[in-house]
Amino acid sequence: MTLFLLRRLLYALPIVLGVSLVCFALVHIAPGDPLISVLPPDATDEVRARMMAAYGFDRPYHEQFLLWAWRALHGDLGMSIATARPVASEVIRAVGNTLILAVAATVIGFAFGLLFGVVAGYFRDSWIDKAASTLAVVGVSVPHYWLGMVLVIIFSSELGWLPATGMGPSGSSGWVPDLEHLKHLALPALTMSVIPMGIVARTTRALVAEILSQDFVGALRAKGLSEGGVFRHVVKNAAPTAIAVMGLQLGYLLGGSILIETVFSWPGTGFLLNNAIFQRDLPLLQGTILVLALFFVVLNLVVDVVQTLLDPRIQRA
Amino acid sequence: MKRTGLRALLLGVVALAGVVGTAAAQERVLRIGMTAADIPRTLGQPDQGFEGNRFTGIPLYDALTHWDLSKADQASVVIPGLATEWAVDANDRTKWVFRLRPGVRFHDGSPFNAAAVVWNVQKVLDQNAPHFDQSQVGVTVSRMPTLRSARAIDELTVELTTSEPDSFLPINLTNLFMASPAHWQAKFNAVPASVTDPRARAQQAWAAFAADPSGTGPFRGARFVPRERFEMTANRDYWDAARRPQIDRVVLLPIPEANARTAALLGNQVDWIEAPAPDAVPQITRRGFVMYQNAQPHVWPWQFSFVEGSPWLDRRVRHAANLCVNREEMKQLLGGLMETPRGSVPPGHPWWGNPSFNIRYDLPEAQRLMREAGHSPQRLLQVRVLTSASGSGQMQPVVMNEFLQQALRECYFDVQLEVGEWNAVFTNWREGARHPNARGANAINVTFATMDPFFAMVRFVSSATQPPVSNNWGHFVNPEFDQLIAAARTTFDAAGRDAALARLHARIVEEAPFLWVAHDVGPRAMSARVKGVVQPRSWFIDIATMRIE
Repeated sequence: MTLFLLRRLLYALPIVLGVSLVCFALVHIAPGDPLISVLPPDATDEVRARMMAAYGFDRPYHEQFLLWAWRALHGDLGMSIATARPVASEVIRAVGNTLILAVAATVIGFAFGLLFGVVAGYFRDSWIDKAASTLAVVGVSVPHYWLGMVLVIIFSSELGWLPATGMGPSGSSGWVPDLEHLKHLALPALTMSVIPMGIVARTTRALVAEILSQDFVGALRAKGLSEGGVFRHVVKNAAPTAIAVMGLQLGYLLGGSILIETVFSWPGTGFLLNNAIFQRDLPLLQGTILVLALFFVVLNLVVDVVQTLLDPRIQRA
Repeated sequence: MKRTGLRALLLGVVALAGVVGTAAAQERVLRIGMTAADIPRTLGQPDQGFEGNRFTGIPLYDALTHWDLSKADQASVVIPGLATEWAVDANDRTKWVFRLRPGVRFHDGSPFNAAAVVWNVQKVLDQNAPHFDQSQVGVTVSRMPTLRSARAIDELTVELTTSEPDSFLPINLTNLFMASPAHWQAKFNAVPASVTDPRARAQQAWAAFAADPSGTGPFRGARFVPRERFEMTANRDYWDAARRPQIDRVVLLPIPEANARTAALLGNQVDWIEAPAPDAVPQITRRGFVMYQNAQPHVWPWQFSFVEGSPWLDRRVRHAANLCVNREEMKQLLGGLMETPRGSVPPGHPWWGNPSFNIRYDLPEAQRLMREAGHSPQRLLQVRVLTSASGSGQMQPVVMNEFLQQALRECYFDVQLEVGEWNAVFTNWREGARHPNARGANAINVTFATMDPFFAMVRFVSSATQPPVSNNWGHFVNPEFDQLIAAARTTFDAAGRDAALARLHARIVEEAPFLWVAHDVGPRAMSARVKGVVQPRSWFIDIATMRIE
């Protein structure tokens, strides 16, 4: 297992390096002025040159990259140009906020996804299967942005039951699991949960249906095992794949959703990226993408390890 | 005895909770949904354009000069702020003397005086000052390009020096907000000793200052949650009794998405939203909310190119374009959310100047001019306009440009729209029409503010502001205009300066280096509980004089 872990860690290093390089190149290739948030277009050449030097944009690209990468290795992601706050603290705060949203969306998405998937797989080709599959397809297909707006119109504008925007009520300094904050969480989490719900439901349905058709299930039944016992075996066999899908989906959700977080003004990583892109805040953009890429790498690693623990054949392969 | 004591204690707690609860319930809170995606910077020099000045500049801080935001039916003009009077030195017109308002204190209790003014000038102009902050330079220095230094003459008198004689200085100074030197020093002293680099210490001090700001404005910073909310409480000791707040607490929320802002208002989550979704305006008013709008010092134009081969070199063509657009129809298209322009500033403005060219809708005259210039339905004039699909102040650029494309067809124009990404278009605004990034366009569609004469006029028509210096994108050069600008800059009595600017504006309208299309109206929707709202002809609005019922 240690060797397996080391090998996986080693694989992760070039991925992180590649991601940082591509991300650095992309943000610098994009048109626009990196000082747009702090320098109006009328600024004199002298002021512009001074600012370019102060932020290090006057250096060659490779120097800028190496300096940034070296600092990043030491945990310093630089300062946001727009806010003059450390990027690391901005990203950590945003990741924390997205984590709240992602975990809530995961809980909702997987609970309903598994329920629909298992029910559909167990009652394959029945009307229950068709209804559950239809829900899953709708979940995957419906545009987030549109669903968010519809939910806001119904539950905020018309019924006034839930807040339309923000993480908490007036006077709140951070998220705490009380009723007011849960109310703020409800709509964005529900909106965010529909895609993982659909994906998990479809995957689980296929898995359950396939496992039920295998010989060992017939053997279990022939041995006189109750349906509950057979069900436990089915779930155990379906678990590694379901967990892999769950891990990937959680990874996507942790990346934040620019659309959902913007619609609900949820100050997570998607909202942060959106801001960074529009303000050409290169240090913030690079820092956020790097942290998110690292999240993916770590999450994949965790999923691999858990899968291996559940099914040792994977390690041998 | 023990039980009686316990009962008394419980009663006391309940009574206290009741008092606190009642006080909290009675707190008059105004919640504002801004269009900004983040809280504008709170350390004295806000970012996020004029929305920043509106919400974290003017409420928290004062400048030496202020905009008069008390009237809705007149142009907003400069009035005394922390300076009570000022004058240029008759012998050396690069020196100004400002007399400061006595008895003003910062929110931390320290006094406002000439030393504080010098300190605030140094924060953006003196690189050797310990509190110099690079991050505040861009947004500040560009708005007061000629200011060079400050010197305290006595406790309440300060001398400001400019690089050249510049009568616009008092207007520019509305952008220099006075932060508390003593409060900053306290933050600086609190930076851990482990941080030894003076620049890093200063940076950390400014970050701490932003989280707990101190100015002299009618509101004090109370709670700052990055990217989520900023709360301000009333400054009961504000020096101007007429602007002493009647609202206890103001909560600023960044809600960049228009539909989300609208939903937040309709769901009573906020009391005021900036720029509601235009389609939702009827629903907003039907639900009892109040819409406010007024012509803003803003222009939505096409700025023409005057480089060799440009179709706009012929003044008849420029006039024809201005006469060919039915702006009332466009107003209808935008749900009424625009004003029809007659120039860069409206009639009645001190800089209006009564130009001889009357911008209006006159299709026959436009067609006559175009025929005279050699164009007809068979010989269309090809023009290419660089615009964006969105962007700050751009209103609804795609819809509006398509409307213009269709309207100008009636006057024998064949308009090609070159839609670029907003930041790229904005960057090209400074690069100019000759730059490859202009993509062959001979007009550019970038909106601008007209509060300050440099930003409203000078930068577009001075031969000294051609790219890459400033935004004379089309390389408009006319010695007469340079003389008019010089005359305005060196006329130091306010009335004389305005008269000179009026002559400049009149000539700009007559020469028509723009197609003037619309003025934005700064629409905002508020709960009917918010009273005392005056929406001036300005980018700004005074929260201090509002109240909540």
